This record gives sequence, C-alpha cells and structure tokens, in this order.
Amino acid sequence: MTRKTLTFFTVVVFCFSFGLSLDKSPNVIAIKGAKIIPVVGEDIEQGTILIKDGKIEDIGQNVSIPQDAEVYDAQGLIAYPGMIDSYCYLGLQEISAVSATVDSRETGQFNPQVKAVEALWPDSMHIPITMSNGITTAVVVCTGGLISGQVGMIRLAGWTPEEMVIRNSVAMHIQFPSVPRIRRRESQPQEQTSKQIEELKELLNEVRYYQKRKQAAQKNSNLPLPGFDEKLEFLIPVVNGKLPVLISVYADKDIRAAIQFVKDEKLKAIFFGVTDGWKVAEEIKKSGIPVVFGSLYAMPSEWDNGYDAIYRNPGVLAKAGVKFSFSSQSASLAKDLPYHAAKAAAFGLDKKEALKGVTIYPAQIFGVDDSLGSLEKGKAANIVLADGDILELSTNIKRVFIDGKEMDLSNRYTQLLEKYKKR
Amino acid sequence: MNRKIISLIVCLNLAVFSGISSGQDLLIKNGTVLTVTQGTILNGDVLILNGIIEKIGKDLKAPEGIKIVDAAGKYVMPGIIDSHTHIALSGTNETGDAITPEVNMRDVLHAESPSIYTALSGGVTMVHTMHGSGNPIGGENIVLKMKWGKTSEEMIVPQAYRTLKFALGENPKRASSFTIGTPRYPQSRMGVNAIIRREFLKAKNYMEQWDRYLKAKKSKKAAKNIVPPRKDLQMEQLADMIRGKMVARCHSYRADETLEFIKLSKEFGFKIACFEHVSEAFKITKELVEEGVGISIFLDSWAYKVEASEGIAYNAAYCTKKGVLVSINSDSGERIRRLFNDAAKSMKYGGLSADEALKLITINPAIQLGVEKIAGSLEVGKHGDVAIFNEHPLSAYTACQMTVVEGEIYFDRAQYLKEREEMEKKKKEEEKKKGEKK
Repeated sequence: MTRKTLTFFTVVVFCFSFGLSLDKSPNVIAIKGAKIIPVVGEDIEQGTILIKDGKIEDIGQNVSIPQDAEVYDAQGLIAYPGMIDSYCYLGLQEISAVSATVDSRETGQFNPQVKAVEALWPDSMHIPITMSNGITTAVVVCTGGLISGQVGMIRLAGWTPEEMVIRNSVAMHIQFPSVPRIRRRESQPQEQTSKQIEELKELLNEVRYYQKRKQAAQKNSNLPLPGFDEKLEFLIPVVNGKLPVLISVYADKDIRAAIQFVKDEKLKAIFFGVTDGWKVAEEIKKSGIPVVFGSLYAMPSEWDNGYDAIYRNPGVLAKAGVKFSFSSQSASLAKDLPYHAAKAAAFGLDKKEALKGVTIYPAQIFGVDDSLGSLEKGKAANIVLADGDILELSTNIKRVFIDGKEMDLSNRYTQLLEKYKKR
Repeated sequence: MNRKIISLIVCLNLAVFSGISSGQDLLIKNGTVLTVTQGTILNGDVLILNGIIEKIGKDLKAPEGIKIVDAAGKYVMPGIIDSHTHIALSGTNETGDAITPEVNMRDVLHAESPSIYTALSGGVTMVHTMHGSGNPIGGENIVLKMKWGKTSEEMIVPQAYRTLKFALGENPKRASSFTIGTPRYPQSRMGVNAIIRREFLKAKNYMEQWDRYLKAKKSKKAAKNIVPPRKDLQMEQLADMIRGKMVARCHSYRADETLEFIKLSKEFGFKIACFEHVSEAFKITKELVEEGVGISIFLDSWAYKVEASEGIAYNAAYCTKKGVLVSINSDSGERIRRLFNDAAKSMKYGGLSADEALKLITINPAIQLGVEKIAGSLEVGKHGDVAIFNEHPLSAYTACQMTVVEGEIYFDRAQYLKEREEMEKKKKEEEKKKGEKK
C-alpha cells in the first residue's frame, strides 16, 4: 500500500519536474523471452522483465504484460543486471599522460574535503564505451596523499554530473602508509610508515575532539564555537562510522596493520587492492572488512608469490569467506571490468561468484543493494541484454537499460569506425 | 631482388641450423588441436621428434619410451608469438643520441630474466624483443625463443629477419626530456622525419664512397696509395637496410606520420616489415594494403597519450578484414601473459572468426618476423612450439597449462602447483617448529 502510494507520488513528481514528452523511452517496457540471470536467486529460462517508471515492476516466467507496454523481443539473449565497477577513474581521466585531462589526484597529504564526483566530466569518451560493455554503475575514485578525498558513485547515464550521481560520497579514500617494495630492506621506511599511521590516528583523534567541542558549543551558547577546519569537518562522518573508509593496502604486513588501525579507530572500512590478501585470508575474514580487488592486469609483487598470485588471490579470499568485488582501476579500460572477474574464475574462483563480484557484491559493499546489483522486483531497471556469458571476451552486448531507459550504444569507437568506413 | 636475397639467407640458415636441432621428442595426445592454418582436429595428437613436428592426426603411433602428454579435454595451439616486446633485456633505450642504429639488443640479452618465465606462463614461445622508441633511429632488435634456463645464444632465432627499430611521434620528441641541458634534436615530427632522411642520405653517400673505392682498387690503373673510406658502424647498418639485408620496424601512432615514413622507405628503397602500435591504422588501410606493410598493435590499450587517443578497439579486426597483416603485441612484461585474451577481443570488436583471432598472435607475427616456415602454426615440419590450455584459448576463463618449445616442456602448471603446495607445506612446518621453540 505504502509502496504504491510512493510509486504514484514518484510518477507525479516525475511528470511535473521533467514532463513526459522529454522522456523518449516508453514508460512501461516488457523484455520478453530472454534467459534471465538475476544473480540473486535462480536463473529464469524464457522469462519476462517488466519495467515501469525506471524500476523493475515484475520479473519471472509468468508476468502479465499490460497493453500499454512496449514489448522488446529478447529471444536468444541473456538478461543480466548492469555491472558495477568498484574503483575507476571514469569522468576524471581522459588521456592519462596529459595532466590537463587528469582530475583524479589532488596535491597534499590530507584532502578529506575533495569529492571525486565534483570533477566529473559527463562527456568523457570513456563513459559510453564502458557503458556499452554492460557496466551501468561506477565508483569514481580520487587518489594521492594519505587521505585522498571522497569517492562517489555514478550511473553511466545522464547529461550533467547531477543526473549521473547516485551518491556524492560512498567512502573516504585512505592510502594506507606502506613501504615501497624497493626500500623494504632498509630500516628507516618502516619507522616512517609507523609514524604516518600515528599521524592518521592523531588526526582522527583531533576530529573527535573537534566534534565534541562543536556539539558542546551547539548545546551551550556560552561555550566558544571552534574555528572552522575543513580537514576535520569532513572527517566527522568517518569517525562516527557513518562514512566508510576505502583503504588502499597491498602487502600482507600492511594489511595486518590496516586491520588493527580499523579496529583501534572503530571505523567502517572497505579494503582496496589487497594483492597479498591470500597470505592473510583468515585475518581479513575475521575482521569482517570487505575487499575491492584492483586490476588483475598486474604482476605479483614478489617472485616467491608465484606467477599466478594476483589471479588466484580472489579465489582464495572468497573461499575464506571474505566479501569481495572487482574493479577496473582505470578509465580508458574500464570496459574490461568483466574480464578481471573472469580471470579470477580462470584461477580458482567459482564462476557464479565472479559474476556476483561485479553485480550484487559491490552493491552490498557500497550499501546500494536495496536498488542495484541484481534483477529483482522494485530495483532500478539497470538491465543488460547480451548474446552470451557477460564475462566472456567475445560476447556482444545488444541492449543496455539504465533506470529503465534504453541507452544509445554508439561511442567513440563506433563513431571513428563509421567515419573511416566511408573512406 | 631484395626479397630473393632474404629468402636465400633464410634457406642457408635453415640448412645449417635444422641439422643441429637441440629439440626433444614429445607426443601430445587427445587434445583439441587448433592448427590455426589447417583447421581444428578433435581428439588429435601432435608428435614432435627432435623438436620438429613429425605428424599431426588421430591415434598417432610414437616411438617407444617417448614422453607423452595427455591433453584430453584440453586445447593445443601453436606457441604464441609476441611481435613487439622488450623483455629479457638489460637495456632498452640508448637515448644518449637520436641516431643509434649501431646498438644491438643481442648484446644486452638477459637470459635469467623472470620475464621469460612470465611469457611462457601465457603460452608465449617466441618474442621479438626490441630497442625502445626513444630514438628516430634506434637499434637492431632480436628474435628469441623462450628457452627458460638456457643461455641467451641458445634462445636466438637465426631464421628471423634482421630488424631495425625506428620511432616517430611523441616518444622520440620527448626522449631528451630525461637528459640535462639543451633539448635534443629533434623536438617535432618535422625534425623526426628530417633526421631519418638525413641519415639515409648519408648512408647512400657512404655506400657510394665504398663502391668507388672498391671499383678503383680493382681497376688496373689504381693508384698505389688509395685509401679506403672510414668504416662507420651506423652507416653500415643503414646500408644493410638499403641493401635489403635488414628490414624496418617503425613505431608510429598517427596515420599521417605513418604515411610519411612509407614515403621515406620509397625514397631510399628500404623495406618496412611492420608498423608498431599504429593506433590510426584503420584510417589508412588502403595505403598499407598497397604497400604490403603489416601492423603490430595493441588490441585496445589506448588514450594514455594524445597520439593514442584514436586507437579504437576495432583497429585489429577492421584492418584484418581490409587485408592488412595484423599482429597483436604486448610491449609489456605483464600483457605478454594474456595476449590470447586480447586476441579474443577482436571477435567482439569487429567480428573476426576464432581462427582469424588466433592468427593475430601466431602465424601473422611469424610472417612479420620472417619465421613462418618454422613457427606460427601447427604443421608438419615446423618447430614443435606448442601451448596447451584447459579451456579454449579465446575464452576469458582459460588458463595456460603447458608451454613447449621444440618438444621441450618449459612451463607446466601442474608441476608448478605441485611445487607450490610442497613449498607451502614446508613453510607451515617451519612456522610450527618456530612456534614450538618459543
């Protein structure tokens, strides 16, 4: 009852704010005949997905299709939820060697005040290329320093940053202090690392104190109001455990230290990278911290780890019970997200788990699984129709819907190709 | 004429080297054999004797005592060839000068480099390891077989073309930014073209000096005190280019600079074996086909610099369909172990067939390197260079299981897993002991 009222309300607001005429996609769409892989629950052979007002109205084998619905025959295709890239630079980097086109990195050690989504360039050529490979949602990340800033979540559709943004801030990115590999044998860098961890802890303590003084001043007007401090201000949700920290950490030793840090500071955390995770799988599992894997197009940090360390790492952590997701760690090759998951599957990860690692798991990790990550009633209609396994290299993506709207799959690749076909 | 000379050299080399093949005997049984050039054989066998493929077919009988690999349920393909990489070297760029044809990668081979093992783990059996792209005219490259554990001399493939590296565009323009002082000439595409022309003009002049000297020496009226021209190692190399004893491998990204280099090759009569990277090759397929020049490219790595920002993923398939000889290279010690993944993408971006996709990393690079008579496909008489995969090599879920060079197993995943398990066991025991001591 309440849901119906809500839907009605949404429709009314939608009609008034945009006007239906602007919306070229029909309001009610039925995708009929596809094999549906909802990711959560059983696969559905020859199923129908009913889309209404941008959401999945119904899904299954016996869905009644209303008369006003536009029916898409998807016979022979497979329907998947749109994939989610858990760490990328889409819209923030265009040509990586040209600094004028790179907005993903701020200078300085502590930048909790910067937000990746505020630099988002909706016209980036990498966005449509990525979207047309079945990726509909992305976590856009800023890097650099010790605290890099706030990472946000976007849909790969929209004309303005505002239309694209799903969440302004899903996590605060911390680059966990680590010793560069080449300097590991020296004694000093380790000290420097511990010092940096202490610095981080001190800063978080300052935030707590700052918050207390602010709260006290709010309650009692006789107390002095502390001066505004942007570094402290934007870390308040972090120390309160409301905003997770996304901690980039790679070596086993550093992972242990990061687990301790999270515990000591009582933070809500997500790890990124974790290339040596297989060495400390049980400890990560015990910590309950989920892991976002970086690009698997990388070499093991040490020869002794074995040539396939990067590839088998996700399988080992999954087996230990760690919640995980995959990422492209790229802008120009963000389209390759599914292949990182498949690579992990080639080296021990269950194939279904690999698919979950680019759909429902990232949605859960970033707290958006109420609306994203699977094909279920009531979730956003982010649907990908493919002619094969979505993680396979030769599979073609035939249709993409984001929030119920069919997307134009042409992109920089196809535009240049068509141009020179005329030659 | 030039081509005849080259093939004559190849033949001579073949005659010399096939006699002393260090290869081994191996029978690979019951696999799905992807010959690449002669179709696919289900439940097929490949028999390798003395490192050479003796027979391909079903239920092959092998000499007693021969080593047998069971490939049931697996895929057997020719060893992958990387047409452009810089692995197994202890130096890549001689940026002290813009013109360095006298340097030779053969002199800086690093046989113990783990990159060789990495290549093997991705089914790669042969690489063209090259001078870098810092100089308009770089050094001489070398073709190696991935014989991990052998000496560098044993890895060299004598049948391959002699190739010289050229480079256009952003890299030679900015190479000198690493050096202190005045920027090195050239700093623009104009300068890059002009400096290459200058060197070939010098080379022609040098050749004429020698021709005159040799003629004069033979002449009955020769002066007694005739002095030979001064030997110049740079000019010797460029003269070999003009004489067709060596071919050009030219790093280029943009269509226009690529066309300019073709003009230079015509001006001086040297042969281009292949353009490297050529992000914009799809713009000039007409010229590439007319000139019979191949390309060695990334499948989709792009937009890392301005000249690479039009490098669409359709490049490989589109050029292939237009008749250009295309290979997919790694140019990286990491990408080299997933070239089969890149090849598979050409099916998605441009619709190549599975065989066409596999050719991009086997027979096509073999032709570009002049080794198609000994490698690049599974055919009787060719070298027993083989890669075995658990799933189809073009599947995203595949993993290389075994890599064989001339009948000898250099990479064996099963063996690797066994060794790792034992190592981990040992480690655990040691930790236990340490714990007890404490």
